[in-house]
Amino acid sequence: MAARSTFSLGKRFVIGVPFAWLLVFFFLPFLILLYISFVDMGNDISPFKPLWNAETGVLSLKYDNYGSIFQSPDGGGLFQTLYVEAYLRSIGYALCTAVLCLVLGYPFAYFIARSKPGVRPALLMMVMLPFWTSFLLRVYAWKGILADQGVLNRLLMLVGLTDEPILMLYTNVSMLLGMTYVYLPFMVLPLYANLVKMDVRLLEAAYDLGASPVKAFWLVTVPLSRAGILAGFMLVFIPCVGEFVIPSLLGGPQTLMIGRVVWDEMFTSNNWPRATALAVVMIVLIVAPLAFYYHHTGKAADART
Amino acid sequence: MADKGMAQGYLVTEHLVKRFDGALAVDDVSLSIAKGEIFALLGSSGCGKSTLLRMLAGFEQPGAGRILLGGQDMAGIAPYERPINMMFQSYALFPHLDVWENIAFGLKREGLPRADIQRRVGEMLDLVQLGEFAKRKPHQLSGGQQQRVALARSLAKRPKLLLLDEPLGALDKKLREKTQFELVNIIEQVGVTCVMVTHDQEEAMTMASRIAVMSRGRVLQVGTPQEVYEHPANRFVADFIGNVNLFEGRLSVDEADHCAVHTGIGEIQVGHGVSGTLNMPVALAVRPEKLEISRERPVVVKNVFSGQVREIAYFGSYSTYIVVASDGTRVRITESNTSRDGRSPITWDDAVFFWWDDAAGIVLRD
Amino acid sequence: MRGTFKHFGKFWLALVFAFLYAPLLFMVVFSFNSTRQDAVFTGFSWRWYAALTTDTRIIDGFWLSLKVATITGVLSAVLATFAAFVLVRYRRFGGRTAFSGMVNAPLVMPEVVIGLSLLLLMVGVQNLFGWPQRGMLTIILGHTLLGMSYGMVVIQSRLQEMDRSIEEAAMDLGARPHQVFLLVTLPNIFQAILAAFLLAFTLSFDDVVIAEFLSGPGVNTLPQVIFGYARRGINPTIYAAATLLIVTVTLAVVAYSLWVARQTRQRARETAVV
Repeated sequence: MAARSTFSLGKRFVIGVPFAWLLVFFFLPFLILLYISFVDMGNDISPFKPLWNAETGVLSLKYDNYGSIFQSPDGGGLFQTLYVEAYLRSIGYALCTAVLCLVLGYPFAYFIARSKPGVRPALLMMVMLPFWTSFLLRVYAWKGILADQGVLNRLLMLVGLTDEPILMLYTNVSMLLGMTYVYLPFMVLPLYANLVKMDVRLLEAAYDLGASPVKAFWLVTVPLSRAGILAGFMLVFIPCVGEFVIPSLLGGPQTLMIGRVVWDEMFTSNNWPRATALAVVMIVLIVAPLAFYYHHTGKAADART
Repeated sequence: MADKGMAQGYLVTEHLVKRFDGALAVDDVSLSIAKGEIFALLGSSGCGKSTLLRMLAGFEQPGAGRILLGGQDMAGIAPYERPINMMFQSYALFPHLDVWENIAFGLKREGLPRADIQRRVGEMLDLVQLGEFAKRKPHQLSGGQQQRVALARSLAKRPKLLLLDEPLGALDKKLREKTQFELVNIIEQVGVTCVMVTHDQEEAMTMASRIAVMSRGRVLQVGTPQEVYEHPANRFVADFIGNVNLFEGRLSVDEADHCAVHTGIGEIQVGHGVSGTLNMPVALAVRPEKLEISRERPVVVKNVFSGQVREIAYFGSYSTYIVVASDGTRVRITESNTSRDGRSPITWDDAVFFWWDDAAGIVLRD
Repeated sequence: MRGTFKHFGKFWLALVFAFLYAPLLFMVVFSFNSTRQDAVFTGFSWRWYAALTTDTRIIDGFWLSLKVATITGVLSAVLATFAAFVLVRYRRFGGRTAFSGMVNAPLVMPEVVIGLSLLLLMVGVQNLFGWPQRGMLTIILGHTLLGMSYGMVVIQSRLQEMDRSIEEAAMDLGARPHQVFLLVTLPNIFQAILAAFLLAFTLSFDDVVIAEFLSGPGVNTLPQVIFGYARRGINPTIYAAATLLIVTVTLAVVAYSLWVARQTRQRARETAVV
């Protein structure tokens, strides 16, 4: 029986190390996050008051942290706070970005998948290469390109399309451009992985049955690549909701996203409880589409078996 | 089904049982294998033979029963502590090590001094004749060469028991025949006790000294290739090994040294007695090569039946005829093509007679 | 009809590639610009590269980022190997779903949330024990959390496709479980572990958000420095730094591709010998 016990001892060690790490650096912080979202804002010494008053033994949960997110204490209707606006805006821009990435990226992935097998690795490498260079620097570059005195404006004026520089930077356009730019590979790769595995003979069968290339595309290729589209969509949408850097560098006052709001609430207003409450709501917002995604892919996997 | 001479076995399994999620994979298997024997577990996929082999190796724990090797109970002994080595179906050669290192792997784990390892690996390389490939990596070898490395590796530690998992499965047909004899020679030369698992009856019959036919986790019969072929214990074994004609019927005559079975084609005489009751349902099994066929009625009287030739397959050295008998049964007859001796050649749709010696058939009850 | 389709394809590929590479090209070109201008190329000059050598903030940031990224990479690769092993090999143990959830969650959580929660943890620990001060260590811990999750995906996929029979063969030949792992499993997943290291390294080297949350006064990684510069306007010194990075990455990618091509050719030759 000696063999058995060393087996499980080693096993316990192997499971224990990463588990402990995750508990300390993921689970515990999350608990703290949750805890602080229910406390009251503190004074100068400590950023928040404790949840449980040691003297009186009273537990004081401040639901108001969450409440003030959805309804301003100064009056005004439900869901008409700047926080709700920021959430909706973030979701909206994330959706736009995902759609733009899909529009740009689907044909791109399709044509790479259809290209000669010898060329494909090179093309993929060319897609990944910008990804390996710092994304911060690339976003920074767009600042230079889109500036009033930047290359793009100069080009447009040279060509004669406009007399005065167009305000492009610090608008929602520049931000969407930046987000689409950065997240495009995240859409292209899963799409490519899906499209490259598609059986070309199915398309040939469609042609054989009289479908035009356009029809075959919509009726055969697109439905078959549904899993890739969904995966790419998730890989773009979910991180975009919480994006912080790109809105900071390329966005303007009207593109205030929730990531920035959390930051401001934390470091500018020093309102730790509300910042954490906002973070918790953000988590919930993200878990919901994820749950849908896993449920959907789980169902598809079950259906196949 | 218990095995003869169980107490003296070198490798003994006692009432081995293994379940996976409630389903029985190995159902009460008791075997006794002699030292130096090459023993085959034969059956189609899912019959439990691989599970049984893995239990011997130590990768699966029996739900019930014991495994004894040389008298030592293997319970609780991990695979890396058993004096048993296995040659895997996929060979499982270590891709990051060369041939020499692959063979030396097990010896190094034993902590043998370098000189001994050097000598032993050299012996193994000579045994399988791969001396000049010692520095090659597995991907630089052909399938047959990889197999020989796998064999050398599994013999290097001089195990008490060698396990072979579908040893010829990955080879193509021509190579298979050649390798069958080579493998047996090497194993007998080394003198190690060997248990092999296969679904290929030809492999089992050629290589093994005894075969256990398995189905659905149970051992249906254990015997030498000849015993299993000529004296199958039940319908399954009769049908599984080679080809057989099975005539269903009822026992009509039951004497000590002969009996008869009443079937759809007529009354079949059998040259041996059977312990049973009259009228009980039995099957008469007779191998295709034991049947004779002709367009003319033969001189013999016993077991002569008529039918019509439906299919003929010509294999050069022999031909197979499928004859439909009077009750619709398809009878398979194999004749070796000797030079014509006056019998007229048979062709499709011919009305023919077929017969066999009453000693050639065997009555099966199960 | 098919021909125009093909031409459309080539056109679209060119368009998107141009889009992808435009900023890179822009930075390379204007890193040599003699003035600060962003639209007109006034003349060729090395001044921004010279400025790079004297910009202590960028240089300090670079070295700090390098240190942080290397340590993060190693730590992440090790933890990711553990985690991948656990998820692939141990099918049933108490808390498996929780484990799987926790290790995959950082992949989808917004970095702001991760940074915030880790900051709170650090503050709390600091209040209780007086340590650690926010700085390099805390950034490494934060980056490792992400690196571990990303690295695990890579290693997990390789572990799953690896032929398990070689591990059984090793056990059969007398190797104990830890020997199996060190002598057989590890060499065969090594490439994936290396990939995990590189992934974690890149993630760490490039990260802004978590660094901003978890760094202390005077501790600034290179992305933090660039982020600070970026908010203040255009500085072509950054373009010079970017160009150097682009050249390094391109050389690395090209070298790697050539090496892979040579390996495949060598393999083909070796298998043909048989």
